[in-house]
Amino acid sequence: MSRDAEINAFHGAGGEVAGHFLSDLILPRFKDRGLGRIGLHALDDGATIDRPNQGEIVFTTDSHVVKPLFFPGGDIGRLAAAGTLNDLAVMGARPLALSLAVIVEEGFPMDRLDRVLQSFHDTLAEVDAALLCGDTKVMPHGDLDGLILNSSGIGIASPAVSDASFEAGDVVLVTGTLGDHGMTILLAREQFELQTDLASDVAPVWPLVERALAVGGVRSMKDPTRGGLAAALNEMARKADLGMTVRESAIPIREEVRGLSELLGIPALSVANEGKAVMVVARDRADAILAALRKHPLGMDAAIIGEITTDWPGRVILDTAVGGKRFLDMPLGDPVPRIC
Amino acid sequence: MKRPFSFSDPVRASRLTDAIQRLAPDRPVRIVHVCGTHEAAIAEHGLRGLLPRSVEILEGPGCPVCVTPTQDIDIAVQLAERGTTVCTFGDMMRVPGTRRTLEQARASGGDVRTVLSAADAVGVARTEPQRDVVFFAVGFETTAPMTAAVVVNNPPGNFSVVVSHKRIPPAMAALLDLPNQKIDAYLAPGHVTTVLGTRAYAELSETYKIPVVVGGFEPLDVLYALALAVRQVADGAARVENAFPRATSEQGSPAALALLDEAFEIADGHWRGIGTIPASAFVLRSRYADLDARARYDIHGETGQEEIPGCRCADILTAQAVPTDCPLFSKHCTPLTPIGPCMVGAEGACSIWFRYGGRPDLR
Repeated sequence: MSRDAEINAFHGAGGEVAGHFLSDLILPRFKDRGLGRIGLHALDDGATIDRPNQGEIVFTTDSHVVKPLFFPGGDIGRLAAAGTLNDLAVMGARPLALSLAVIVEEGFPMDRLDRVLQSFHDTLAEVDAALLCGDTKVMPHGDLDGLILNSSGIGIASPAVSDASFEAGDVVLVTGTLGDHGMTILLAREQFELQTDLASDVAPVWPLVERALAVGGVRSMKDPTRGGLAAALNEMARKADLGMTVRESAIPIREEVRGLSELLGIPALSVANEGKAVMVVARDRADAILAALRKHPLGMDAAIIGEITTDWPGRVILDTAVGGKRFLDMPLGDPVPRIC
Repeated sequence: MKRPFSFSDPVRASRLTDAIQRLAPDRPVRIVHVCGTHEAAIAEHGLRGLLPRSVEILEGPGCPVCVTPTQDIDIAVQLAERGTTVCTFGDMMRVPGTRRTLEQARASGGDVRTVLSAADAVGVARTEPQRDVVFFAVGFETTAPMTAAVVVNNPPGNFSVVVSHKRIPPAMAALLDLPNQKIDAYLAPGHVTTVLGTRAYAELSETYKIPVVVGGFEPLDVLYALALAVRQVADGAARVENAFPRATSEQGSPAALALLDEAFEIADGHWRGIGTIPASAFVLRSRYADLDARARYDIHGETGQEEIPGCRCADILTAQAVPTDCPLFSKHCTPLTPIGPCMVGAEGACSIWFRYGGRPDLR
């Protein structure tokens, strides 16, 4: 990346460019201080701090901007809470407490802020986590488009689960349908004048993760947010330097999402999810974990979608529904509708 | 709509691929399609992996923004620089003209907007009557009727068009005229054929003694069309066959054809990377000359530099190379740092191959 270049939207979109941004600008500056097993340089969903004989503290942070601020299935308050809670959950950590920074534009309607904070509160309550500290900044009108939330969180894991400690033969599963959040936002934002019942899946996944951990055999987890399932799987495969084979026909996708994906030319597997986890689990525990997940309302559509291989290390192969084979590649950045 | 079966049905697919295996002659078969949507379908569903190694599928000039001449892009850029509102398809934004792209014109203050159709551009003109609005009209017979519909329906006085629409059948003929060209059969695009009818390829097939099979875009549509094409090649046949009868007919769409005929006449057209192809462009009929932005604003552009050093887009657009043959592909040239038009346009072969992992062929 050249130094005189400018930041563009791709840098924050979780795809290939965001990866370069981290490896060029962030990682060389901040050394690993050895506080825990999983540090900054692991680029996992959170980092750990060792507490001898008492498990590990998991620490994470996330900033949230979304347009529109209120969307079918949730709002920026629920998104901020679930986003940070889920980063903790997929590290195997029971969420303990969050911070909340509110950066808001002068003139923002108080009743809207009230609704956002209530939904942040209600989402924390679902997993019995506390708000421990916070901050508010008001920006002059025009310096900010509405509202930005940042939330850091800590949780306790024993032990923490990384996103790349699996081996060939392990099984890949997802906790539910893919693409719901991304397609909902896209639809709400772009005003395509299409009517659907589609709603965001935004929700804390800890109840599902807790059930899976109780069964045992969970090797790795990730929440497929920006860049969707495609980005999450590629990141895991690259870090582990192992291949993944995924069966297209096994991936749960709602009919509405599938239809929109075809209509807009935007792959459902490349758009964000905010209430799902990808798990790599030991083969002999896969069925038991699946059964445990499906007993919870958030996990009804959980499915085994593939397995870890030694073919094509670092890459994800999709066995297509029609019987073909192709790479499922890392998305480049935020997808835009294909026009002509 | 409930479909009677899935267009990705693996059992039906394997019957078709078995047939292709059985029918394929004992020599290389090169089938060329002329449509980014076909390439995207083939890559997305991993269809090359289902074909015998001897059957090669190439994308010809199937990317409308890739073949749009720099001259026309320069005109649109200049219009934006002069304060006109330029509306066009999102794909067009990042294609380089001689000096800059429309995206760069926008970054330096030009009013350039992406729209989903010509009608949307007219909507902009109606809601902002104080602005001069130009629609930069690119695309083949799929988007040209939509531009025609706008042209013939009394658009507002502040609206005009830069017409850069192209015709696919003449390009298919031009490819066959190139020296050392080896094309055994054409897979013709279903959507273009919905407008034109299968008869649009009759003369081509007869003159060049080449099979032309019209195909849809679902995986089974493509496999069925390829099976028919391979059978014709094996039999030494050369006729037009319709593998997409649920949406196309011999006659095409009378309404769309009438619109095209009312709005446009046919002229020689310049294709980026290929050159001038006789009778390959739509231009406004003289009775609609007042809607021609080139005349209204007296901007005509000049034939500019089109060759990009090291870029093999021209060979790719003429089905004489595939993206991985290009030394720039995926190393220096990516969708984020595109060098040639085939990487810029979402329908370009390079862009599609890159999106599907750089190598669509996992046989």
